[in-house]
Formats: sequence, C-alpha cells, structure tokens
Amino acid sequence: MLTKTFKRGIHPLHNMHEGKGQTRDLKTREYVSDTVVISMAMNIGAPAKPCVKKGDHVDIGQVIGEAQGFMSVPVHASVSGEVVAVDSIPSLGAGNVQAVTIKNDFADTWVELKPLGSVEKVDPSLVVPAIQAAGITGMGGASFPTHVKLTFQAGATCDTIIVNGAECETHLTADYRLMLENSTRIVDGLRAVMRALNVKKGVIGIEDNKPEAITAMINASKGREGVSIRPLKTKYPQGGEKQLIEAITGRQVPSGGLPIAAHVVVLNVGTCAAIADAIIDGKPLISRICTVTGCVRKPANLLLRIGTITEDVIGECGGYSETPGKVVFGGMMTGICIPNDQMPIFKSTNGIVVLNEQQSRSKDESPCIHCGRCVAACPIGLNPYQIKVAADKSDFAAAEKLHVMDCILCGSCAYQCPSRRWLTPSFKYCKDHITAEAKAKAAAAAAAKGGNK
Amino acid sequence: MSLRISTAPHMHNPLTTQRLMQYVFIALLPTAAWGVYAFGLKALLVLILSMASAVLAEYLWQLIAKQPVRIKDFSALVTGLILGLNLPATAPWWMVVVGSVFAVIVVKQLFGGLGDNFLNPAMAARAVLLASWPVHMTSSAFVSPTFFKAGVDAVSAATPLSAKSATLMELFLGQIPGTIGEVSKAAILLGFLFLLITGTISWRIPVVMTGSVFLFSLLIGGMTPEAALMATLSGGVLFGAVFMATDYVTSPITPLAQVFYACMIGLIIVLIRTFGSYPEGVTYGILLMNIATPLIDRFLPRKIYGHQKEAKKA
Repeated sequence: MLTKTFKRGIHPLHNMHEGKGQTRDLKTREYVSDTVVISMAMNIGAPAKPCVKKGDHVDIGQVIGEAQGFMSVPVHASVSGEVVAVDSIPSLGAGNVQAVTIKNDFADTWVELKPLGSVEKVDPSLVVPAIQAAGITGMGGASFPTHVKLTFQAGATCDTIIVNGAECETHLTADYRLMLENSTRIVDGLRAVMRALNVKKGVIGIEDNKPEAITAMINASKGREGVSIRPLKTKYPQGGEKQLIEAITGRQVPSGGLPIAAHVVVLNVGTCAAIADAIIDGKPLISRICTVTGCVRKPANLLLRIGTITEDVIGECGGYSETPGKVVFGGMMTGICIPNDQMPIFKSTNGIVVLNEQQSRSKDESPCIHCGRCVAACPIGLNPYQIKVAADKSDFAAAEKLHVMDCILCGSCAYQCPSRRWLTPSFKYCKDHITAEAKAKAAAAAAAKGGNK
Repeated sequence: MSLRISTAPHMHNPLTTQRLMQYVFIALLPTAAWGVYAFGLKALLVLILSMASAVLAEYLWQLIAKQPVRIKDFSALVTGLILGLNLPATAPWWMVVVGSVFAVIVVKQLFGGLGDNFLNPAMAARAVLLASWPVHMTSSAFVSPTFFKAGVDAVSAATPLSAKSATLMELFLGQIPGTIGEVSKAAILLGFLFLLITGTISWRIPVVMTGSVFLFSLLIGGMTPEAALMATLSGGVLFGAVFMATDYVTSPITPLAQVFYACMIGLIIVLIRTFGSYPEGVTYGILLMNIATPLIDRFLPRKIYGHQKEAKKA
C-alpha cells in the first residue's frame, strides 16, 4: 500500500494492539443518561446564550442556547425533558461557563426537523447556513466552528477538502468505529461540503494501522464524484492538521496561516458525519461517539448525548477498575485533564481515558543532556530544547525568535525527552503569554486611536 | 473526588536519562573487561578508583552546594569509567583521583553540572593529566599486555604510532600497548553495536570521524591505504569516536551538524599527527570541536514547517 506522511514525528503505542486494542473491536452502542448538563461554551469563539429557563419543557434538537455572532454556534437539547437548572459550571479552561441541565423524560420527542434531502441534490448555498444552525464544530478536538472554516475571505481559494481519519492519538477508536459503522455518512458529509464550496477533490486520509477502515471507506466512496482514500503512514502526529496537509498535498500551511492559505480545508470524519445528518435528516449535533478506556472495568465505544456526565459514563463502563489518578478528555498525547468526574462531555470529547495513580504521577525534570531526541521528534522542525531554555527564563522574545508560535503542542518532544522535561507545557505557557500580550497591545492601540478621535 | 491535573502529554517514552547512561556503561564493559584481561589486576584497580572517586566527588559537591544529589543518574560513574579507560594501567593512584575529581568538579559541576559542561569531562581531565604528568600518560607508561609478551609489566613499549611494530590483527584485537580502554578495537566495536541497537547514539559521529581520519591520513598525511588504516586503528581514535565524541552534551544535535563536527575532528587529528610535535590528536581534536559545538548548533539552519517561502525571498 502506497502511504504518505510528514517529516520526523514519533511512535507512541502505534500498534493497534497497544492502547487502542482495548476498544478497537467494540461496536458502538448508545447510552443515554438521566440527566445531561449542556455547556454553552463548546466552540472556539463566543459562547452561546441560554434561551430556556428552569421549568421549561424541551424536545430533542430544540435550541437551548443561541449563537452569539458569526464565531459562534447554537446549542441544542440532547434529550427531551424538563430544564432543571440554568447555571454555571467550571470550564476546562479558566473560570466558569453557563450550562443548561435537563432531566431526561425518556419520551424521546424531537422538535420538528427540516431535512434538506440528498447531499447530491441540495441547493449548495443552503449547506453552510445549515451547518451553523446544526451547531456543528470540529469534532476532532479543536472545536472550531465548522461554518467559519467553510466561509472564505475574498481572494481565498480551495481546491481540496481533506477528511481527517488518521486518528493518530493513542487509545482512541471513536473515529475508527465511525469509519467502519457509518462510512456512507462520512462520504455524504464530504460531498455536501464539496458541492457547497464547488471543490472537485475530496481526500480521506487514514493511517495504515486501520486497514479495515481503509477498506470500508474505499467501498463507501465507490461511484462518488471526486472522492478518494489516501492511506497514511502510522506515525504521530499524522492527524495534526498541518502534517495531514503536507502528507496528502505536499503543501505546507504558511507560518501563522490557516489551511485555506494552502488551498485546503480539513474536516474530521465525525464532523463530516454530523454534516450529513444535518443535511439529510435535518438533525442538529446532539450526540457523538466517545471511546471510554484505560482503567475502567468495561472499556467501550459509546454513542453519547452531548452533556452526559463523566461519572455516569464511567458507571456505564462498569466503574473505575483502579483508583483513578487522572481522567483525560481526548488521547494521551494532547488530551485535557478534567478536575472531577462531574464534568459533562462536549461536542469535541472523542475519548475519556482513565489513568491510575501511578500513571498520573508527575515526573520531576532532570537536566537537559542535549541528546537531541526532541529535535528528531518535532514535526515542525523546531529546536524544543533551546525554546525550553528561553521559556524557563520567561524570555518570551527569545522564545518567539525560536518560532515557539509555530509549535502545534503535539507533545512529541515531551514524550521523547529522557530527562522528562516539561517541554510542551512550557511552550503552551509561552504561546498563551505571547498571544495575550499581542491582544493587549492591539486593544491598547485601538483605545489610543479611539482617544485621538 | 479529586483528580490530578496536568498539561498534555500524559505519557512518556520509557527511556530515561538514567537508562541511557546505563546503556553507555554497559557498552563500555567489553572494553573494560579486555583491558583488565590484557593488563591485569592493576587495570582493574585503576578503573575502580576512577569510578569511585568520580561518584564520590559528585556526591560531595552536590551535598556541599546544596543541590539535589543526582549520582543515581549514572553520569558520574560513566565519566569515571571513561577516564579510567583513558589511563594506562600503570597510572599512579593519586593521578587517577586528581583526574576524576578534575573531570567531575572543574569540568562538569563548576559549569553547572550535568548538561551544562562545554567540554567532555573525561577528555578534558585526560588533557590536563597529559600536560601535567606526561611521563605517566604517554608511551613511556604503556606496558604490553601481560599475556602477549613475556616481558610483563616492567617492560615499556612504544605505541604503534611511533614505531609501527604491531600487525593489523594485533591492533584490532588489542594485543598492543596503550591505555586500558583504547587497545581492543573489537571490544570497542562490540560496545558500539550495543549503543546502536539500543538507539543510544546514531552511527554518524563514530563512522564519519573514523572515516575522516582514514581519508585525511591518505590526503594530508600522504600515507598508503594500509598505513592509513593502521593510523585509524592506532591510539584512541576508535575509542574516542564511539565513547567520547558522541557525548550528547558536547556534540551537535542535527544530523548534518554531527557529520560536520565528526569530519572536523578527523581533520584536526590528522593535522596534529602530521604536523604537530605532540602525538595527542584525538584528545585535542575532540576538545576543540566540543568548544565549537554550540556554534555549530546555532548556525546550521533548519527548515521549519511553513517557513520555506520566506527563506527563499530573503
């Protein structure tokens, strides 16, 4: 099989029997809980504003949070029942976010849906608005509003839609199961976007440690105009947007730019399936597949309603098999730790990985021995050990000069470091600081300009 | 229930600094074993003394300087062993201790400890001993392997560099006078193989360095191929190439930089051997390029994703 890839990278548990082995052969099953807590801030950009109040009855698919502007998507009820609270919950970032709590009446009544019909016949101009109305955000983890990705600024051109089925993260098999079980929907979603943007080429990239998924997607794409499957070398971070683009098109996204600068749009397989659901059935995004694995008694791939509480999910998987140390939303390389198991799942929660106490212990840094493993790993071509020196001194100007802003926070360098140095966390700190500083500067400049008038 | 929180990644490659140092230690064992076999109990005592004083010096320094004690990371032990292997079996005990203490305290700890030294500690210590007590460090101190010539310890013999008396096979197996570690090329290659298999080092520095010594011996030294091969297998070239020039801290990181660095070491060795009055090419070749390493690392540009077009414009 002819496979493509990017430069450098690492191999964490890259054999299917490691990490992913716990769940790869487990068919997706649905689990619906008593109560859901639906966050209003599930996308990058402005959070939605709750438009229901305590005591209201809601149906599945009903808008419970309205989009606030273009960089925002609406939020829908994922179960039918009574709104029991509209309050705030801790967010995964800083501070709190608003959330709507719904008690499920298990009547499963839907709001009236407005399907647009076949993806090959739908009016292309209706597709992008429908995607926003369905509340679709990037489901691979980044939560970027999909309709924003599909709306270009003047002069931008796109010749290829890439669908990300690499799933290079450790442990996760949600995308894999989706590709096996719902292949046609993924192709439908891709076709809808290709037609909406008038793009002739759609490529689905899949790592070659998932031959069954490659076969399933090849079968599903037979006879579909412009759609092809591209096997990729199994290597982390193959599913990183920039690495995927380089592997498939040979192009690089210019530093600081978006994929569209390389004339490409990248969508996750889950996002594509959600787009197909929105067009064909008129259904908004109310559920997703989530891999629950690690230290749980019965690992599973579950179809979960958005807002299902982690504790309930773990309970459905037989409970913790050991005292948990960390619970991670996402994979081991880029996943985010949740503070407690009352956290509900988001549109982007592709996995819940439970680590035991021993796996969770933080490692002490020892001195850098200049071994160069970080340099050999970095898919961007940075010198992580040098940036770390700057970061340790909080010398942000030096870090920026060493191109820390090009870092994609994939964690490859930190994974490889034999001295267990906190490379990726330091770079995140630098990036956050530099971004915040630039924002503050821009705001100050804007204020000064306003003052002059 | 409270859970731990940290930034990703949440898992690591099991390879640690300690493990890497252990690999280097293991890779040195064949060489050490041959040295003890060839030069007798005296060699063993030199090795034990150099390791013990290196580890003790590091321990005491870290205790006095109120630093976390890191002797468990094996790095001082490896430094001690490498230094010991760089000494003749006849080295007096006080010289071994001075060398180890100098390596660990002056070269390593005074510059910030593990990872911050700009010279290879064992190599720098060897250079100091060489300059201070040449009688104990050069050919006059070298004895023939005990089993190999009946003359035993008391008889001193010239190194093959000054008098080409040994055959190629004797050179390769280590049936020649020299320091404890440098004589057996076979044992060194065994260690090299182990370092390659465990992924501890890449082949680049050792192969390019020995290759360039051979090549420059032909070109600059004006030697016949056979003489150049003898020159490459003589002295500490192979030991230096496998165990000293590859020291992570004092060698460059990117492949291209490593090739350049190793090539330059080879050139300096041949220049010193050909035109110098001192037969210590390997020591100074490696030390000089150690010093140049930060410069090489800084000035060999790398291609960064998404930056190519800018570079072309500029």
